[in-house]
Amino acid sequence: MERHFEHDLEELKQRLLWMGSLAERAVHQAVHAVLDADEHLSETVLSEEDAINEMQIEIDERVQRLLAQVQPMAADLRFLLAVSRINGDLERIGDQAVNIAQSAMRVLRHPQVKPYVDLPRMSELAEAMVRDSLNALVRADVELAESVLQRDDQVDRLRDQLFRELLTYMMENSAVVFPSFELILVAKNLERIGDHATNIAEDVIYFVAGRDVRHPALDRR
Amino acid sequence: MASISHGNNASAARLAPQVRITESSTTGSQREAPVRFQISDLNFFYGPKQALFELHLKIPANRVTALIGPSGCGKSTFLRTLNRMNDAVRNARFEGQILLDGQDIRKMDVVGLRRRVGMVFQRPNPFPKSIYDNVAYGLRINGYKGRLSELVEHSLRRAALWEEVKDYLHKSAFALSGGQQQRLCIARALAVDPEVLLLDEPCSALDPVTTAKIEELMFQLKDSCTMVIVTHNMQQAARASDFTAFMLDGKLIEHTETSKLFTTPTDPRTEAYITGRFG
Repeated sequence: MERHFEHDLEELKQRLLWMGSLAERAVHQAVHAVLDADEHLSETVLSEEDAINEMQIEIDERVQRLLAQVQPMAADLRFLLAVSRINGDLERIGDQAVNIAQSAMRVLRHPQVKPYVDLPRMSELAEAMVRDSLNALVRADVELAESVLQRDDQVDRLRDQLFRELLTYMMENSAVVFPSFELILVAKNLERIGDHATNIAEDVIYFVAGRDVRHPALDRR
Repeated sequence: MASISHGNNASAARLAPQVRITESSTTGSQREAPVRFQISDLNFFYGPKQALFELHLKIPANRVTALIGPSGCGKSTFLRTLNRMNDAVRNARFEGQILLDGQDIRKMDVVGLRRRVGMVFQRPNPFPKSIYDNVAYGLRINGYKGRLSELVEHSLRRAALWEEVKDYLHKSAFALSGGQQQRLCIARALAVDPEVLLLDEPCSALDPVTTAKIEELMFQLKDSCTMVIVTHNMQQAARASDFTAFMLDGKLIEHTETSKLFTTPTDPRTEAYITGRFG
């Protein structure tokens, strides 16, 4: 039986994916502002932040309306709860992109500290995690979502590696402390983006399989 | 998820039930509730037509159990089997066992059974008598010798109706609104202090405010009463019940804690029904 709100649910999903693509693009541009020494990209990220924030409000309103009007159950309820949480995570990813863009502007006032090796790898990993978590939502694919969870450790390891390396540079040469510190902040923001992608993947698993995989150490019986 | 454990002695009548059901609280901890009704291998027939198939179910005491399912799935038939209301239906019979506190309801005196297992129907059906006499009726025919007025007041208070009718006790019950009449019927059922209250779509003819009153009343009554409610309103089942059973074509498809059934049902037929994909 075709349900009249099926169209609303599909439209909500499309709007969330559009927001996801905006957030993903913001991360890509912000990181490339650093890697390519392109201040113009930083400015683009800052100017497009409002679009992501507006999407957050729009999606919240759509979720609220559907909760009130449809009073969904089971998979529909889990979908709306997941969308509501993913919406928050995507907005935070947008914020992290803005942080990276602002760091980029400060880093660019200094000579490059070192060749960028780990940073692009970290960025690719984090962006792929965001993209795959949203693909998992579209395809209702638990396996893909689980693969996102597994990749979080790789991002964390790269952050630690970058941190150690930049610490060495700072100890050797006090002139690079400021730009090195900014690069550590960039790595920290990318690591947080990985965490948000992990949250999204957990929400997808909850929506598709009804399993709450957050905090597995807790005994929830 | 609810789990069931069995004790050894379930034979003595009106002893504390030996079978217990374990349920999880909102904080995730576990608590235990005794089982009031234990139903095994229940098959029900209207003449040659079978209406219920192999039902196995435990109804926990002092909890609200909701029965949901599409029209004609056997919810009301099952409900009416619990106090043998179907005895009055010609050619109706059931096979299997229904134990109330460990006692076979087939071997019980039907009047005594219905005193212990009261019923409230879809449409309020007060007697053509005064408000007072409606509530006192069951007590009188049961030969109650105590202070009738006190018990009438007590029952009306339990049904959250006393404040609205205390100055009009001798007016006709038909002068009350639909919602008041339904609460009067609940007061009438409560007057004889039943262990179980069966509610067959008690709010289907009521407005949302009155429905909320009845649901609040059910919540208050849980301390002293086990309730089984048939409802077509899924939101009502989700709001007002602790356990929910989903029935389809006379079969029990899924029976678990309400919070679980409405968020993560295990059977795809339950999922399809509660999300409106069929039915």
